[in-house]
Amino acid sequence: MTQTQSSGKSVQRLDRVVIRFAGDSGDGMQLTGDRFTSETAALGNDLSTLPNFPAEIRAPQGTLPGVSSFQLHFADHDVLTPGDAPDVLVAMNPAALKANLRDLPRGATIIANTDEFSKRNLAKVGYDANPLDDGSLESWHVHPVALTSITVEALAAFDTLSRKDKERAKNMFALGLLSWMYHRPTTGTESFLEKKFGSKPDILAANLTALKAGLNYGETTEDFAVSYEIAPAKMAPGTYRNITGNAALALGLVTASHRAGIPLVLGSYPITPASDILHTLSGLKRYGVTTLQAEDEIAGIGAALGASFGGAIGVTTTSGPGVALKSETIGLGVSLELPLVIVDVQRGGPSTGLPTKTEQSDLLQAMFGRNGESPVPIIAPQSPADCFDAALEAVRIATTYRTPVFLLSDGYLANGSEPWSIPSVSELPDLTVEFATEPNDTDDKGEPVFHPYLRDEATLARPWAIPGTPGLEHRIGGIEKANVTGNISYDPDNHDLMTRLRAAKVERIADTIGDLEVDDPSGEATVLVLGWGSTYGPIAAAARSVRNTGAQVARAHLRHLNPFPANTGEVLRRYDKVLVPEMNMGQLAMLLRAKFLVDVHSFTQVRGLPFTTVELADAIVSLASGADTLAPDSKATDTVAAKGGHA
Amino acid sequence: MTTELGMPSIGVRSGTAGVPHLAEDDPRQTKKEFTSDQEVRWCPGCGDYAILAAVQGFLPELGLKRENTVFVSGIGCSSRFPYYLDTYGMHSIHGRAPAIATGLATSRPDLSVWVVTGDGDALSIGGNHLIHALRRNVNLTILLFNNQIYGLTKGQYSPTSEVGKVTKSTPMGSVDHPFNPVSLALGAEATFVARTTDTDRKHLTEILRAAAEHRGTSLVEIYQNCPIFNDGAFDLIKDRTQQEARIVHLADGEPVAVGPEGDRQVLVRGAGGVMEFVPHAESEGRDVVVHDAGAADPTQAFALSRLDSPQMTHVPMGIFRSVSRPTYDDMVRAQVDAAIDTAGGRPTDADLDALIHGRDTWTVA
Repeated sequence: MTQTQSSGKSVQRLDRVVIRFAGDSGDGMQLTGDRFTSETAALGNDLSTLPNFPAEIRAPQGTLPGVSSFQLHFADHDVLTPGDAPDVLVAMNPAALKANLRDLPRGATIIANTDEFSKRNLAKVGYDANPLDDGSLESWHVHPVALTSITVEALAAFDTLSRKDKERAKNMFALGLLSWMYHRPTTGTESFLEKKFGSKPDILAANLTALKAGLNYGETTEDFAVSYEIAPAKMAPGTYRNITGNAALALGLVTASHRAGIPLVLGSYPITPASDILHTLSGLKRYGVTTLQAEDEIAGIGAALGASFGGAIGVTTTSGPGVALKSETIGLGVSLELPLVIVDVQRGGPSTGLPTKTEQSDLLQAMFGRNGESPVPIIAPQSPADCFDAALEAVRIATTYRTPVFLLSDGYLANGSEPWSIPSVSELPDLTVEFATEPNDTDDKGEPVFHPYLRDEATLARPWAIPGTPGLEHRIGGIEKANVTGNISYDPDNHDLMTRLRAAKVERIADTIGDLEVDDPSGEATVLVLGWGSTYGPIAAAARSVRNTGAQVARAHLRHLNPFPANTGEVLRRYDKVLVPEMNMGQLAMLLRAKFLVDVHSFTQVRGLPFTTVELADAIVSLASGADTLAPDSKATDTVAAKGGHA
Repeated sequence: MTTELGMPSIGVRSGTAGVPHLAEDDPRQTKKEFTSDQEVRWCPGCGDYAILAAVQGFLPELGLKRENTVFVSGIGCSSRFPYYLDTYGMHSIHGRAPAIATGLATSRPDLSVWVVTGDGDALSIGGNHLIHALRRNVNLTILLFNNQIYGLTKGQYSPTSEVGKVTKSTPMGSVDHPFNPVSLALGAEATFVARTTDTDRKHLTEILRAAAEHRGTSLVEIYQNCPIFNDGAFDLIKDRTQQEARIVHLADGEPVAVGPEGDRQVLVRGAGGVMEFVPHAESEGRDVVVHDAGAADPTQAFALSRLDSPQMTHVPMGIFRSVSRPTYDDMVRAQVDAAIDTAGGRPTDADLDALIHGRDTWTVA
């Protein structure tokens, strides 16, 4: 649908767009993306975002390793992924173009900052000739824009600013231009800038002027003949905000503590990509939150466990390398049977690996990465906003069953964002905690005594008797304890019993988590796709894409990885074939095979990025049509345009 | 960027301020009440027995509610300590007790938190947590049992064993240079550092009293004999014929001196600030070192800790340093309390609703 604007330019209506802003680490691409996202959310589109940035704070300027990007997918319908491939690439320099071009389907739009396409910058990334001039980009729709110099020109009147300061506003010019192209309101960005630069009036004015100049440039330049409208998505009634996974997780922890009626104590050590949770919680002291930035990962979890012993909900936040260091303390938590939440925002591994990229490769570490028989419940959120609910669930399990709980987020969920229908706090689950206050047993002489390992019959949880409670003084420790009394015991039968009780206690959690739900609209599918964690969006999008072709596929997603929902085995056996996509080498698949003896098909990639819809759709189709082995298709994004696959 | 914390002046508060005390008319506590029903399982003759007896005997004196006392330990012979006290206790994992105790003490101002550790636990595997607890000045009392050997693992050299020590893991003698726990603690700017021995019950109790009274991290090094793997390590200062000539009793405000009447040696500062003991008669007119445990600068206390030598020619005992500095846990709580007060009190559901809404919402009808 096309109509004509008063300026004589035409307006086209689209149902969805994927935009990627890419530039140098110092070009402000994350900020630009955030602002565009905010404008888009305000307009009522559904959306999903994917920031992608290097681990280096400032990699050498203009180089490929220094490229930082932010992708946003928005639509007039529900959005499940940040999008396989951009429709528009904003490339602030040759490195940004080169690093992102392979993801760009032919026919997509490129807005390139010509000022940065100097001989020197081109040479830095191995371009012999300027791709903007040599015809190599003829399959794409290129808008060459001298973003830097036009911005500087627009700010000519700002005598007090250096040329460098003026150049820095070029991201606001780009944001203005894109805002014009996609009819985004800029009032939110204007007030954001006012807040950010309120104390520096000249910088504020320059940024506002650059933003406006970008809008005007789109409006008046002949190069941009068309602008686009994307109608608001039909979303369930409610109040919404846009939220990243790390923010949702932090708010979920605070809310859980409020609903539990006990204080939240975070012991943490900075680590990418989990640090933002520490930052957010450190700013929430007003809600009774205590945060300790410890001397190391071990002390972080130690402080959390000490606080749990004292009756708080102890939480530690980290990523894979930190979990490795915390393992012994998690084992102590298993033995002490105290509540503790371990948030692992997974990143590429092994070792330091890919600190800023996503992966799901800590599942087996969470499951088995401790000495001895040391079962720990594991849950995983499926989307950025779902991190809020997952945090509440982690606290519920930890406090109800007196156990450490793993919450496995990942780099994509942590930094990605989506609209969130904000719940009402008073309607969230009641997590009220009951501490032990009285003796719970009698001794040989019939005198009342407190036995710290006398278990609740339903949950097998032991009482939580906190220091300060008279008459319940007791000692706990990592040495095996006699069931009931908690005294040190080296008795063989007791150790066998305690080992089985700890395992049974974790298994009992399955009584309270509900069945695994299957999405199989026709009821005729023969292939089930089973995922966990952040692959939810790509899997759901792929299933939709397959169903759009008339084929059938069933889909289910595991929130609880330990224990599994009670019906998991039955669901797996219901289908001829089960596809398990994971951003690891098949860790869930291994658990499913071991536990249920079902020959699931593992489909894996570890590129530090989420699955694309099209590669998953291809895998589903190829499994359904009889393929025995599944290889990820590294050229998947090239085929997206041809197939018209969309999320 | 730094900010003026604007903390209320805490002043000099007792280490047990904020911990519920017994009422005047409550019956006096006894040593027996602090003794658990568990059989003590240290080797016969172990110095730990004497320390346990001293602590059990001392705790009633504090007059704290027993349920508000917590002992946290790591791993090693000494770390079995909490099992034998009828208080709350946690026998944790190797080296980590200071970290666990930091979380507990910070979140519970109403508890008297004690850490029991050994030379291997505190100075080797847990060295990092120890120095950070000390620099933060968390309100804890750390009892460091130093027997200069690994006992529980059956006799390997420890980070306080002397160079040349022959053990199962050092058949040709240890080449590791040892830590001096007092020097280490002072280097970490600990606010209370003292040394005592297992067998001197009176001195040990005096030090426990001062350590418990101190608000902040109190580090008490307790020389402790291991009769199995390092027997007699401290004989030179336990031998009644020797100890008077070797033990330097530190007394605040007094000249630092050693030796019996008639053969008194006094510590003086010589050229270049080097300290040396000289006969009392020769100290006239010299720059005599007067002990000042409350000195803001830990330099002199550190110098006193350097009087130690493997030969134990002179061994300072007593309180090296006792200074007042705001504690970590008090300040952490003050920030949280101030944030709550400024916001008008404890958060309600409506406050949480406002928090999770953030500033940028939209409504779909």
